[in-house]
Amino acid sequence: MPLPYSAIVMEHFRNPRNVGRIEDADAKGVEGSPACGDMVAVYLKVDPETHVITDIKFESYGCASNIATGSIITELAKGKTIEEAKKLTWKDASEALGGLPPIKVHCSVLAIDGLRAAIENYEEKHGLVKERKPTTVELVKKRLKRVVNPVVGLDIVRSNLVKDVEVKDGVVRVVLDLPEDHQFAAAIREDIVDKLEPRWDVKEVIVEFTE
Amino acid sequence: MFETTVYLDNAAATRLDERVLEAMKPYFFDLYAVATSQFGYSLGIEARDALDTARQQIAARLGANPEEFVFTSGSTESSNLAIKGVALALGEKKGRHIIISPIEDFPVLHSARALERRGFRVTTVRVDETGRVDLDHLQESITDETILVSIQAANQEIGTLQDVRAIAEICKEKGTLFHTDATHTFPRVPLDVREVPVDLITVSAHTIHGPKGIGGLYVRKGTPIRKWMDGGYQEFDLRPGVENIPGAVGFAKAVELITPEETARLRAMRDRLLDRLLNEVPHTVLNGHPIHRLPHNANVSFRFVEGESLLLHLDMRGFAVSTGSACFSRSLEASHVILGIGGNHERAHGSVRFTFGRYNKEEDVDAVVEAIKEVVAELRRISPLGKE
Repeated sequence: MPLPYSAIVMEHFRNPRNVGRIEDADAKGVEGSPACGDMVAVYLKVDPETHVITDIKFESYGCASNIATGSIITELAKGKTIEEAKKLTWKDASEALGGLPPIKVHCSVLAIDGLRAAIENYEEKHGLVKERKPTTVELVKKRLKRVVNPVVGLDIVRSNLVKDVEVKDGVVRVVLDLPEDHQFAAAIREDIVDKLEPRWDVKEVIVEFTE
Repeated sequence: MFETTVYLDNAAATRLDERVLEAMKPYFFDLYAVATSQFGYSLGIEARDALDTARQQIAARLGANPEEFVFTSGSTESSNLAIKGVALALGEKKGRHIIISPIEDFPVLHSARALERRGFRVTTVRVDETGRVDLDHLQESITDETILVSIQAANQEIGTLQDVRAIAEICKEKGTLFHTDATHTFPRVPLDVREVPVDLITVSAHTIHGPKGIGGLYVRKGTPIRKWMDGGYQEFDLRPGVENIPGAVGFAKAVELITPEETARLRAMRDRLLDRLLNEVPHTVLNGHPIHRLPHNANVSFRFVEGESLLLHLDMRGFAVSTGSACFSRSLEASHVILGIGGNHERAHGSVRFTFGRYNKEEDVDAVVEAIKEVVAELRRISPLGKE
């Protein structure tokens, strides 16, 4: 049986490109957490005139697919404008890597999310956000798609863990179909709060469990 | 694929010893008959003698009588037979409660879960942060309904040894049966059933340079147990199926070849490995007990580093080890053992197990330490964690 990783994945895993930090970065994005397993940090240098990504670096705490995906997205994004880079999807990353084992697909989602978070960070810092969108149930669900359910390796929306979402007067309430004493409960709660609390109009994030 | 030059995953499987293979060979080519009856033809009777001798040799290593030892296909089947067999015999008569520890290997854990789905009650006894069972909690947990306590002799991942004698004595005093999974101790860590009142013991050949697919269950005389697989009347009517005579002969030979001198050699290599890793690699913690642990097992967590990446880098350098990282497992679930002793995900993620065997050389230790130092430094360079 061959290794489950393609030759391109293994090559990027062995020799990841653009590793490290940019000390005077124009923007930074972090996705994942040590508690949930994988974590990716992305640093950007952006040309203020053309909005072209002139330099990009990443750091990874994770498995081989996490490292390889972090590496490939830096190559894909470098030289693109932030508008173009925003459109990169996990499919682009996975295809550029010659495919990833199905169970590891979430790792490429995480790297893409790290890139998008860095771009959002840049836009917010440089007043490029045209208008501040209010936090809605749809927006919360979109963000929850970035929270991984470690039991199955899929996000908590696709793995049907999210039972209910409510947004009212700046308070976001998320109900999870999971017992409170589940081994991953605390880690998932922490991850959800991390994703939603920085929103400009969110005052409090409440995560509830069904059992 | 990379060439493995240093194999340090002997808890998972071991290289067969040539002497074991030589002992088995005649039972494939010359004495291949099976011993269905003592009144049969000569070829079958000779095969039966070989089976009886193997049984007697292995049982003796446990201080047991030959008729108290049942051959099975390995640890998984032995533990299934112990737990489900006792449940079949006592579930209706005595009660439907069993006790296990949270860090049992899957055959015990999942046999217990299977019984739970059929209405049995399963209590998980507390363990401390080294994996040792809380004996007071065990004592309190045993009720009149308890039919079986199943607690491993040593842990498969972190190597923690349980106080099997103390557990056995508590069970005896309370009048409940005690099964121990000794897959990783037998016969390196002595256990004599004449001195320790244990009722059922799971053992296997695959961890001691014997063949895969053969194991056994010690069943103390008079223990209420019924077979759970249906078939013929082999193995004292507890384990139906054509006897694996070459396997049994190989198992007995493998047991014979395990000596205290060899175990001391493995222990010395393990001690040197642990000493160097804990002293020379920063942010490294020991998993399991510092003293009460398997002589050939080392398990540590390297902080800020994920185990699957570490394992792959070591594989490229020719070293084979194992990790409790969620990314490594088929289910993406982190090691239930590390979580079971109160460790967090990060600790499970960075956990690496090294298990020594007969074919390891003293210089393997320094080679793997040097490789680990390089790989851990490289992965920490990439990692966003651990940098103030």
